[in-house]
Amino acid sequence: MDWLLEPLQFSFITRALYASIMVGILCPILGTYVILRGMAFFGDALSHTILPGVVIAFLLDWPLAVGALIVGVLTALGIGFLTEKSDLKEDTAIGIIFVGMFALGIALLSGSGNYTIDLAHFLFGNLLGVSTTDLWVILGLGTAVLFTIYLFYKEFLLISFDPILAATLRIPASFFRYLLLVLIAITIVTSLQVVGITLALAMFITPAATASLLTNRLPPMMAIAAGIGAFSGLSGLYISFYMNIASGAAIVLVATALFIVAFIFAPGRGRLWQFI
Amino acid sequence: MTQPLTYRGTPHKPNTPTLNMQGVCLTYVDSSSRLTETAVNVLDNITFRAEPGEQIAIIGPNGAGKSTLLKVAAGLIKPNSGSVKMFGYTPDSHICIAYVPQRSEIDWQFPVTVADVVLMGRTKQIGLFKRPSKRDREIVQKSLERVHMAHLAHKQIGELSGGQQQRVFIARALALETNLLLMDEPLAGLDIPSQEGTLDILDSLRPDGVTVLLATHDLGVAAERFDRVMLLNKQVMAFGPPASVLTAANLTAAYGGYMPANKNGIAPKIVIH
Repeated sequence: MDWLLEPLQFSFITRALYASIMVGILCPILGTYVILRGMAFFGDALSHTILPGVVIAFLLDWPLAVGALIVGVLTALGIGFLTEKSDLKEDTAIGIIFVGMFALGIALLSGSGNYTIDLAHFLFGNLLGVSTTDLWVILGLGTAVLFTIYLFYKEFLLISFDPILAATLRIPASFFRYLLLVLIAITIVTSLQVVGITLALAMFITPAATASLLTNRLPPMMAIAAGIGAFSGLSGLYISFYMNIASGAAIVLVATALFIVAFIFAPGRGRLWQFI
Repeated sequence: MTQPLTYRGTPHKPNTPTLNMQGVCLTYVDSSSRLTETAVNVLDNITFRAEPGEQIAIIGPNGAGKSTLLKVAAGLIKPNSGSVKMFGYTPDSHICIAYVPQRSEIDWQFPVTVADVVLMGRTKQIGLFKRPSKRDREIVQKSLERVHMAHLAHKQIGELSGGQQQRVFIARALALETNLLLMDEPLAGLDIPSQEGTLDILDSLRPDGVTVLLATHDLGVAAERFDRVMLLNKQVMAFGPPASVLTAANLTAAYGGYMPANKNGIAPKIVIH
């Protein structure tokens, strides 16, 4: 058992562990909505558009999460608005905002002089640099997001499954759609430090997709996805510690491996099952 | 959406038709070519009434506006002119309208069970911030029993046959205490026994006063199973009892010479006056 306890003598690793487990639970729960609503591209874009917010916060010496949060929420609302009010298709609107914002972030960062080191942190996360304040921010935002999901569970389910019924029941579908976008933006912000901008999407999509192979009801799907996410966070961190590889990448690789296992062996739906 | 979140629905004026459309016109501007903008008539001067408990089949060629008419009736699309009244009030304030979309509009892989789908019909009655009560669950159970689907309550919706899926949506309409059931091509792709089963369940709703508007391509079904038939091709070409609507002259006018056979390749029974 020593190999389990040994890393925990370092307080920065304990903090990293808490962060990766919390993010591992939070992201996949939101991720179930992302995959069911076909919003994977939106999630990917949103994680990249947050870069200029992070850079501005960094330059102004604000907490990075604050900058990311403001820009993330504004982008989520902006994409929603652009698709609703213009002739552009949603993926086109997302594509324009996504690369524009990411370029702005890189421009700001390259002008600031700390280009290579800090960009790497934003892109791939800085799990071992998680501070106690960061942990409280993740816990606070995560609790708020999960409580909102709990509160409006049936409304989010309804607008995702049957928007026409939502309309005939006169449920304010636009409001709930925007709210969901904002919740996704907030969740991405929490995942930044753990896996970074480029891998944030993996924490949303992969565990939720794995869970979708194992159950066909939404509440167990959310629970299984959260379990897979937390396990990936935990074991990824240990793998990172012992094999000396980047922690964000290790976490995502564990989640990906679990997906492949489920894809092959899932009862009833896996490849192996269909082969038999 | 401008309604407050606590909105609970509109009362019904007594002795008014379920649905009353007067001179409804709907046009949309086709700007697919940047040089010319043409106004396209989708619905042209639609006037009709549907009474409580009445079942009306809407037939017409592709692009006749059948789906659009149902969406206008549901209050999902506002007409450019004319008035739509449901029990004396505009339909967009009612929450007792059940719209059953075409099969292709539903994601059948979605992780919800039959009971989950029916429970969605209760969303408004349950209310914001609240969980379904015991009574809501009982209503779901009773609605499923009425369509003979209670034994499949815990199946994922994608596991059901097409006919069973239609019955789930009828159960959901019952659960939301519907007065107006709008169904867009519910019989398409169903085998004859499933079609008959669906129509039998619709018949069983008559005592509840549920008005049914059903779009279909099957003239035989329209002739045999409905109180009245509307022959639609952007305007109402004919409206009345099946025998008086389904005449060769009317059908030729609406379908432009092409007479649709039903899915068995047999020409429908048509009464010629």
